[in-house]
This record gives sequence, structure tokens and C-alpha cells, in this order.
Amino acid sequence: MSTVVSQVEVPAGVHLPIYMDNQATSPLDPRVLEAMMPYLTTTFGNAASRNHSFGWEAEKAVDAAREQIAKLIGATAKEIIFTSGATESDNLAIKGVAEMYRERGNHIITQVTEHKAVLDTCKRLEKYGYRVTYLPVKADGLIDLEDLKRAIDDKTILVTIMAANNEIGVLQPIREIGKLCHEKGVIFHTDAVQAVGKVPFNVIADNVDLASISAHKIYGPKGVGALYVRRRNPRVQIAAQIDGGGHERGMRSGTLNVPGIVGMGKACEISLEEMDSEAAYLRGLRDRLREKLEAGLDCIHVNGSMEHRLPGNLNMSFLYVEGESLLMGINDVAVSSGSACTSATLEPSYVLKALGLGDDVAHSSIRFGLGRFNTQAEVDYVAAKLVDIVKKLRELSPLYEMVKEGIDLTKIEWQAH
Amino acid sequence: MAYSDRVIDHYNNPRNVGTLDKSQQEVGTGLVGAPECGDVMRLQIRVNPETQVIEEAKFKTFGCGSAIASSSLATEWIKGRTVDDALAIKNTDIVKELSLPPVKIHCSVLAEDAIRAAIGDWKKKNGVAETPRDAVQTAG
Repeated sequence: MSTVVSQVEVPAGVHLPIYMDNQATSPLDPRVLEAMMPYLTTTFGNAASRNHSFGWEAEKAVDAAREQIAKLIGATAKEIIFTSGATESDNLAIKGVAEMYRERGNHIITQVTEHKAVLDTCKRLEKYGYRVTYLPVKADGLIDLEDLKRAIDDKTILVTIMAANNEIGVLQPIREIGKLCHEKGVIFHTDAVQAVGKVPFNVIADNVDLASISAHKIYGPKGVGALYVRRRNPRVQIAAQIDGGGHERGMRSGTLNVPGIVGMGKACEISLEEMDSEAAYLRGLRDRLREKLEAGLDCIHVNGSMEHRLPGNLNMSFLYVEGESLLMGINDVAVSSGSACTSATLEPSYVLKALGLGDDVAHSSIRFGLGRFNTQAEVDYVAAKLVDIVKKLRELSPLYEMVKEGIDLTKIEWQAH
Repeated sequence: MAYSDRVIDHYNNPRNVGTLDKSQQEVGTGLVGAPECGDVMRLQIRVNPETQVIEEAKFKTFGCGSAIASSSLATEWIKGRTVDDALAIKNTDIVKELSLPPVKIHCSVLAEDAIRAAIGDWKKKNGVAETPRDAVQTAG
């Protein structure tokens, strides 16, 4: 009888389940938790309370965090606006600019592999009379700067292009994009959630006017993020999307999440100190994982550019095996798939489709998100387990058998259902 | 996705995985689904020409856990049945047996299609009149 149960041994020191989905979220660094604890317990004041020590303590902590975050991205503290996370930051940046600069124009440029927080925000603006250009990406996942140049017209007010993609980790040429925007007098927003803290990111050098960042992707807590808003050369203005007590210089009302903000500050401080060594470490693990998979299996390939990519990201397709069934076989390893069966919409990954890959390749894809706390022993176990399960599932796969017999799958008249 | 124990059992230990020689007269082959949709099932039967009993059933499936389980279960159920009996199997029977969640019902539909396609192929090869129920086309 055939079986899909893996017999790969768990090496000493490896604890199951293994978390390898750090582009979804990352565990809280113990040093971050330690920094947060006082603000979850004794130092509980409202940072907006101006007339007692509880408020002053909270405000002091928020200011310190603002400095830590600003330092990581080359900004000044006054340019950091706290939000509930990157989705809110993206909404605030895009809707805030659209509203503020409506007199100047109604055209926004983005690209097809953006996070839904950007794409859905742009779609909503289309309903309100804005015109949105969705630039395509090349097979490696990068946009073509010539496409961007051609798309900018006299009505363009905003370009919003992510720094690093959440599925394939591909790094867009934001410095060149920002330069082009500044030459044309267009505001440049970047969703920098996946890039900040992982690769060098500097709002001055990279010509960025607005940047969305999040704490929980860099070993900070969930529910807190920030928007960088440039104050000079050029001074960028945004219309508030949440009204209330006038917090955050009127740009985002609401009582500040002090423990979250303290955690985000600490997470940024650690990332800045450890970025170089951590990037080298993650790149080493990532390349090791890839080499082991490529040594053990045929018919697999990397999705997106390997050259312009986050150190900890690997997105691979294991052809002729469906992603969800693969995840079932490695259920002690937490990774993601671009398969339709794993998505809420039952559609395969739009990011992989945008690379020009067929739906069948998207269905077979796995995203590995390596992070600070992953080890080489974990990588070795995950690689061995995947090789084992992919082989077993291919014994079950009519497609793999047909390909091995030399049948061209594209020549078959399939019945789409 | 929390699957039932039955699905996990069929996924972990799929029954009747394999390939029959499709050039043989007594073998019927059904290939349904499409790679772009994320599931392809190939179900094959070997039918006794005298009794019309399905003596052997094999499958291979590219698809999610419930697609694999649905086809595995289908081979178990049709083995030992006459072709006409096998045609009585409904996708809803598979849904019930495997406790498939609503988003996975299409997997059971595909398994029913695969049974019909395999039987249809066998009937065509052997000049047996098609019943209106097995109007699913075979590919490949």
C-alpha cells in the first residue's frame, strides 16, 4: 500500500512544529517583550495625558520609540506617524494623498503584485473618480522603469510601489522609482513592510516620500505600524482618514498603543544593529534550503528574481504536486502556498500569475519565510521532509507520470471545471 | 483547513494508487479536471467482459487532500461493483463519507466525473451502449 506519511527523522534540537512563515508574521523577540512589559503593567499612562506623570512617562516612551524607528529608515522622529499596522498606513498614505492633492490631479500609479492593502485601496479610489494605472511586472517580478516613465502624465499625483514583495520577496528598484517621481514632481509612497529591518532602506537615499512599516514583520508585536511622512524636499501633506482627538499632529487620531509602540521601537533598534549579520545568516540558510531541494528533486523552480530578493525568502514551485496536499504532508512545518485551495478566494496567487506563470505553477508553489530564530538543523529537516513528500505525491500524480512518459501537458484538452 | 479523519486517512494511505495499461480492451480510463484548476484525476478500471464487474480500479490524482481522498474512496467503492452499479455512486455520497466542507464539494464532483469517464471509455471501447447518465467526456 502506498503512503504519504514521511519517515524523515527529527534531528536533535529541532522542536516541532517549525515556523518558517516569517513573511506572514514573525515571533516576538524576547528583548522586545522585555522592553514592552513595563508599559503593559505599571507604566500604563495615556501618552496624550499632559498633566500627570503617568502621561509624561508614556509620552517619553513613545518619543524614544519614534527616534528608534526614524533612525532605522533615515528619517526624523517628527516624520513618523503611528498607526494600527501597515494596512492602515497604506490606506492613510494613498487615500490621504488622493484627497489632499485632488485639485492637482486624479491619477495614481501602482503595480500588479502589490499587497491587497494597496490594490484594494486603489480600487476604491477608482469608484470615486480616480484613475489608476496598474503596471505589469517582468518575469522576474520587477517593474520596468520605462513603463513607469511612460505612465506618468500631468494628472499623476502619486506612485505607490512596494519595496519588497510579500510572496516572492522581490525587491523593486525603489531608489530609481523615487528619483523619477521627484523629477516629475510626483509623490512616491512605498509599502516597505517586508523590506524595513531586513535590507538597507533609507528614505533620503531611496527618494521616498511616504513609507508604510509594520512591527510584527520584524519580531515586534502585532497591531502597530507606522507611516513615514516626509516633511521637507518636498513637504508631503495627507488628509487624515481617522478623525478624533488630533493625535499624531492631526494625521491619525486615536490613543496611542504605547506598549506596541515601545515594542516596535525596540524591534527597529535590534534590526538596525543586527541587519548585516542577520541578512548574511538568512541568505546562507535560504541558499542551503534551495540547494538541498534542487539536489533532491527534479521539476522544481524558483519564482521571482534571486538577485533582487529579501535574504530570508524562497518561493518555489514543485511541479505536478498541488500546494495544499503538499502542506498536508509537511504539517509540522509552517509555510505558505500560492495554491487556490489555501486561499480564502479560491484563486491561485495573483502575484505568481503576474510573473506570467500558469495557474498550474501557482498551485504548486510554496513560500518559505526564514527568520531570525530558524536554525540550520531546521532547514535540513524541512528540506529532507519536502523531498520525501514531493516524491511520494508525485507517485500519486498523473501529471508527473505523463510528463515522464514524454507527454506534453499543454497539448491535452483539459476540461476546466 | 481542518479535515476529517477519513480524509486524512485516505491522504496518508491512499488506496489503489497506480496505472493500468490503457491500451487493453478491458481497461477503461477517465481523466478529468485540469492542471490550471489545481486538480486532475485519472481513474482506471479493469472490467470483466462476462459479468461487467469492475475487478480492478486504480487512480492517480494531482490535487488537494480532499481530491486525493475522494478519488481514493471512489476506487474502493467501485471495486467489485458492476459498471451500472458503479454509476449509481453520487458525489453527495462521497461528501457524506468524507465529511467534506462546502469549499471541497467540487472534489467529490470530480471523483464522480472520473468514475463516469472511466466507465464511458470502457463502454465505448467495448461497444456497450451508453446510458444517458455517463455523458462525461474522456480526455487523454
